[in-house]
Amino acid sequence: MSEEQKKVVVPGEILAESMEVLPGFGTYRNEKKIIASRLGLLSQEGKVIKIIPLSGKYLPQRNDIVIGQVFDILISGWRLEINSPYSAMLSMKEASHDFINKGADLTRYYNLEDYVVAKIVNVTSQNLIDVSMRGPGLKKLKGGRIIKINPFKVPRIIGKKGSMVSMIKNATGCKIVVGQNGLVWIQGDPAMEIIAIQTITKIEQESHLNGLTEKIKTYLEQHGLTVVKEESHDEQHDDHSGHEHRQDDQYGEQHDEQKGEEYEEN
Amino acid sequence: MNEDIKHDLIQSLSKNLRVDLRKNEDLRSIEIETGCVATAEGSARVKFGDTEVIAGVKLAVEKPFPDTPEDAILMVASEMLPLSNPKYEGGPPGVDAIEMARVIDRSFRESRCIETKKLCIQKGEKVWSIAIDIAPLNDDGNLLDVGAFAALLALQNTVFPEYDGTKVLVDKKTTMKLPMVREPITVTVFKIGNAFVVDPTETEQTSFDARMTFAILADDKICSMQKGGDTAIMEEDLDIMLDIAIKTSQELRKKIPR
Amino acid sequence: MTSTVNNMMNRKVKNMKRTDGRSQTDVRPITAKTGVIKKADGSAYFKIGNTTAYAAVYGPRNLFPRFLQDPKKGILRCNYNMLPFSASDRVRPGPSRRSREISMITEKALLPVLDLDAYPNAVVDVFIELTETDAGSRCAGICAAAMALADAGLIMKDLVAAVSVGKVGNDLVVDLDGVEEHYNENESTDIPVAMIPSTHEITLLQCDGIIAKEELFKAIDMVKPAMQKIAEVQRNALKEKYR
Repeated sequence: MSEEQKKVVVPGEILAESMEVLPGFGTYRNEKKIIASRLGLLSQEGKVIKIIPLSGKYLPQRNDIVIGQVFDILISGWRLEINSPYSAMLSMKEASHDFINKGADLTRYYNLEDYVVAKIVNVTSQNLIDVSMRGPGLKKLKGGRIIKINPFKVPRIIGKKGSMVSMIKNATGCKIVVGQNGLVWIQGDPAMEIIAIQTITKIEQESHLNGLTEKIKTYLEQHGLTVVKEESHDEQHDDHSGHEHRQDDQYGEQHDEQKGEEYEEN
Repeated sequence: MNEDIKHDLIQSLSKNLRVDLRKNEDLRSIEIETGCVATAEGSARVKFGDTEVIAGVKLAVEKPFPDTPEDAILMVASEMLPLSNPKYEGGPPGVDAIEMARVIDRSFRESRCIETKKLCIQKGEKVWSIAIDIAPLNDDGNLLDVGAFAALLALQNTVFPEYDGTKVLVDKKTTMKLPMVREPITVTVFKIGNAFVVDPTETEQTSFDARMTFAILADDKICSMQKGGDTAIMEEDLDIMLDIAIKTSQELRKKIPR
Repeated sequence: MTSTVNNMMNRKVKNMKRTDGRSQTDVRPITAKTGVIKKADGSAYFKIGNTTAYAAVYGPRNLFPRFLQDPKKGILRCNYNMLPFSASDRVRPGPSRRSREISMITEKALLPVLDLDAYPNAVVDVFIELTETDAGSRCAGICAAAMALADAGLIMKDLVAAVSVGKVGNDLVVDLDGVEEHYNENESTDIPVAMIPSTHEITLLQCDGIIAKEELFKAIDMVKPAMQKIAEVQRNALKEKYR
């Protein structure tokens, strides 16, 4: 089913009145009724009725790759703002593959206002967040532009197995990192950066429509760019960051299914 | 602002490239609605792109200031509403809100755009007071210019209520308008690196080095100015900035509903 | 709807028109929209007659000072404010005793539908700004706030609808306007009500003026269809953003 055909439902809306179906994500049962508890797209999988959210703050999850900004430097690490209700802690031992001596000048590694790509390694019940910079693709981001998008649209920006973001990267020659938390970093030729940002904004706005990939391809071509559609991508590519690892390593379709997003184009 | 990101932003602006596809001296798309507040004697809601400001005028009859016994009382106030942007917190107006109100106030006062003596009811006893309140609903940069434009349109939209000699009957509107004879238009030109930009978005505005605000009249004369920012400017900068401001004011003037 | 109300309604529709031509149970014309504040996590506009409320939700976000934090769940913080030009006499900017009380009861009106368990130590801020008022401003504020909370993607068992009901002269009427509120030297009775539309649970109830027990229950019954209508407008506005 395409998202276009999916119905937008709002809190309090009765979705079903039957004991045959089960309440899933974003719904609750009241006697026979299954009722929506958040704004989103109505979706049914087998017997489970659930909601695919359309809005909301990013809630950190273990193994997510996020873009964060340093806002505080402590004795033993850094605090990062990660576009979420909770900030994240980057400790000295997780900050680098190199050993950082006690008492070292931490600003030499990451200074205030620096943007980094980091991986969430721990989330406690009180939402204390630990991140790490030890891993492939995790790095400081220098220059470029940072934009904020709806975190629920992140899977659409990435596309199936990274196809959408690869298409934009190849067409514009920009480096792009998409954080699971809705921050996107773009760097390249200034004119190309702007086209890349316009394209990402367009995907964000039109993600619920059919034939998105084709539309985006046409859009890029209208800007005189050559578009090569990729199904899989080059593992060794220089600007392989966050999202690809996420896609390739532990997160695939299965996880995204859980998140309720569909990458498939119809 | 992250220095490397600012550096790249300046690179882009020096090529006259902005992220929303504008040129450095272009305004965003403008939307205007006047008379949108039933409780105000005059009102206007103005949008430049995603920045949106509502301005309202309240009229009352008050005792004039002793040094200007025949002049109407003019007051401009503004608040940075925490509704409009996550960076604002509640509480009394901060220095940004105060500066905005004072700069706009000066543009009206010094241009003598309102014939204040015509608003005297009884010398030394009763004059009309004009309170202009400016409230940003959406702050995506350039609040001062958008606020000033909304305030001007609200003044032009103002209609007097009836006054029976002792009380203002706010529910009874007359057809009498404020005696306005000039139209000061406020334009701020921002210097970011070596680029000069008008109508910045919030992201652009956080990177500026210096800014010049001019209130400009229909004959291109200046009636008030304000320099802002941490960096000094040269006369050559001022020359460029003023030319841009005059050009922009002419463009904005065309948008005034007639 | 009870038959008593029905009979009374019929009589009234025939016999009495309100100053603006409404029947006793009619609400004023309503317009609503969501996503009106671009930098907010959720936002809404709700206009009923000449009362207009904007609401913006920021959060869940970090809460400081720390002593305000609740380690068990997120907290809701509402701020109701009338813009200076929103009433017949200019309103002095800044909080007043009135606005602080309304902010507090707005929180209480919305909390029963909200689930903030997933956000320990965080806060959801709701800023409500009235640009123009002609009675019923706290109810309009609550309607806008409920929509803004849903727009922000928060977990809610339902929306909250709010409107006043009251007594003007000898007649019970829904959604008093300014003229009715000030009828006969303020002798009218104004009862702002907020309800969870699906269950008719009451989350806000105040009363300014004199009313008998029987009339109060009649009034509450009478306001229920209005609540459904308002909830419908709220739901449509939330969906409209995605069309």
